Amino acid sequence: MRYLLNLCMPGLALAMCVGAQAQGPTYKLGRTPTSEEIRAWDIAISPDGKELPPGSGSTEEGIPLFAQKCMRCHGPGGRGGGVAGVFVSPTGPGGAIVTQKGPPNNFPLATTLWDAINRSMPRYQEGSLTASQVYAVTAALLYWNGVIQENDVMDAKSLPKVQMPSRNSFVPLHPDYKKYMDCNPNRLKCLNQGVLAPTEK
Amino acid sequence: MDANEKSTELKPSSRRRFLRQSAALAGLATVGGVRSAHAQKSESRVPDERSFSSFYGVPSHFENNVREIAPNQYPHMLSALTPHQDSVGIITPSALHFLNLRNHDAPPSIDPQQHRLLIHGLVDRPLIYTMDELKRLPAVSRVHFIECRGNTIWPGGNHSGFRTVQETHGKMSCSEWTGVLVSTLLREAGLQKEAKWIIAEGADAGHHVKSIPIEMAMDDFMVAYGQNGEAVRPEQGYPIRMVAPGSVGIFNVKYLRRIKVVDQPYMLAAENTYADARPNLQGKRLWFNFYWQPKSVITRPSGGQRLPSPGFYQITGLAWSGGGVIRKVEVSTDAGKTWKDARLQEPVHSKAFCRFFFDWTWDGQEAVIQSRCTDEQGDVQKSLDEFGELWGYKPGSIDMNRDTGAMVNVIQPWKVDREGRVENALLT
Repeated sequence: MRYLLNLCMPGLALAMCVGAQAQGPTYKLGRTPTSEEIRAWDIAISPDGKELPPGSGSTEEGIPLFAQKCMRCHGPGGRGGGVAGVFVSPTGPGGAIVTQKGPPNNFPLATTLWDAINRSMPRYQEGSLTASQVYAVTAALLYWNGVIQENDVMDAKSLPKVQMPSRNSFVPLHPDYKKYMDCNPNRLKCLNQGVLAPTEK
Repeated sequence: MDANEKSTELKPSSRRRFLRQSAALAGLATVGGVRSAHAQKSESRVPDERSFSSFYGVPSHFENNVREIAPNQYPHMLSALTPHQDSVGIITPSALHFLNLRNHDAPPSIDPQQHRLLIHGLVDRPLIYTMDELKRLPAVSRVHFIECRGNTIWPGGNHSGFRTVQETHGKMSCSEWTGVLVSTLLREAGLQKEAKWIIAEGADAGHHVKSIPIEMAMDDFMVAYGQNGEAVRPEQGYPIRMVAPGSVGIFNVKYLRRIKVVDQPYMLAAENTYADARPNLQGKRLWFNFYWQPKSVITRPSGGQRLPSPGFYQITGLAWSGGGVIRKVEVSTDAGKTWKDARLQEPVHSKAFCRFFFDWTWDGQEAVIQSRCTDEQGDVQKSLDEFGELWGYKPGSIDMNRDTGAMVNVIQPWKVDREGRVENALLT
């Protein structure tokens, strides 16, 4: 280590230092995965939705599917009463995905909802829904919450464009959080600075 | 024997605990015949058959130190709490490490021969590793705590069910983890310029996933296959898990099978639901708040225990911080009027439990004992009022609940009454 540091002292060959920092494989273990292997596991959905698979779904398919696959735990129409989270406000549309504070109801992006259903639902039968079925259940939940219209169809193109009412309910808004959290929000002296400043909200 | 009586006396006196001990004694009868606690000798020719195995040893049958199911938990969660009241040193035995499991599921059974770790995304060379290959890479062993974001909350603003340190602080544990640094793996794969975050994902049925800033991962995150000198337990992510020193529990992805290098946080369920609902944010929630602040607690004497008589007691407890090394622990035995430095057990590890000791002679009068710590960044553990001020609660009105409560690091007072009974004095 000391040897490397010495090499990188100013005045010595800069190219050598860059070479030492560059990320060549040192141990050459592991193998190159096939594109099929990557595709099979590449299930996390980014905010722009580029990993979303083909397929589509509407409330027409989603509502009966919810009753069949989800109601037992989330209650009729996602309004609660079972062991799992409430997804739709019991008082009517406009609701739970936006306002309810607890997990798993506060999703500022529609892609989050799709990902969560596709990833881990229904419990004990994870992965059993087709992509189109996940689009359909997502559509039903968004419709019940007043986010989309009854006839809107969800697919890889339309889903990332859905504007969730809770999109602006978090601070800092920008994922480059370090810029906004240079004053640690766990310190009292930062009460009126950075993300805790009224202007940031 | 006096020594035996005292150690029994200091244990939580809950009915459940009593029943457990009775059961243990009943078991004993079949081995050594019926005998009273008073007849117990320090020298014995009776073999401890229940506790003996030449294959995998278990604690003495006189020890009844077990996890407890968390009070006031979500119905679909199983949380098992670490019994810190009986802990010594800084390492949590793997069998007592806390758990948070959805739907009371047993951990998945994963064959290490079949398990793979995939690294892809914004890298020059996507790689897939077998367990054997991972173990050929340069390894590190480091002591780190893991603490659930919801440790030490008090649902509904009351403390029913939160009497003991196991109940108030049981969702944290500390282990020596062995594995490969994430930085080693990502350097092998070659990070591209746009690489800003990683997605870490598990092979469990629900594929737990977390977006992690790349500078955190490159700093000191580990892919661990070892825990306290043996393989990571299935409960803790066998065959491999992420270890995320100092940050909240959800970063420590168990059953890790994939690291994808990406340009932005994916804002998945774990990002959105684990956000601080502070009243002073006017309905907004603070996310990207990752590291634990300094925190400490006296583990002995603590809630539910009893001091049998006035006299000398060594107060002991744990201190830890996501900010690095614990520099100082202070103890007060007079309800916070005066504070004195405690002795720290060396060496003090970064982002790990630090055991502290403080000599105390109890005079038999009512006393409130508590600890507070300072980490290497100079941050000091908060009082209840300071925490309330930061979050925007009116004084005395902190109404933490399991949805909003998170990353609580308040000073924990224990009250000792004249009978020597110790109880939780945080909200009294």
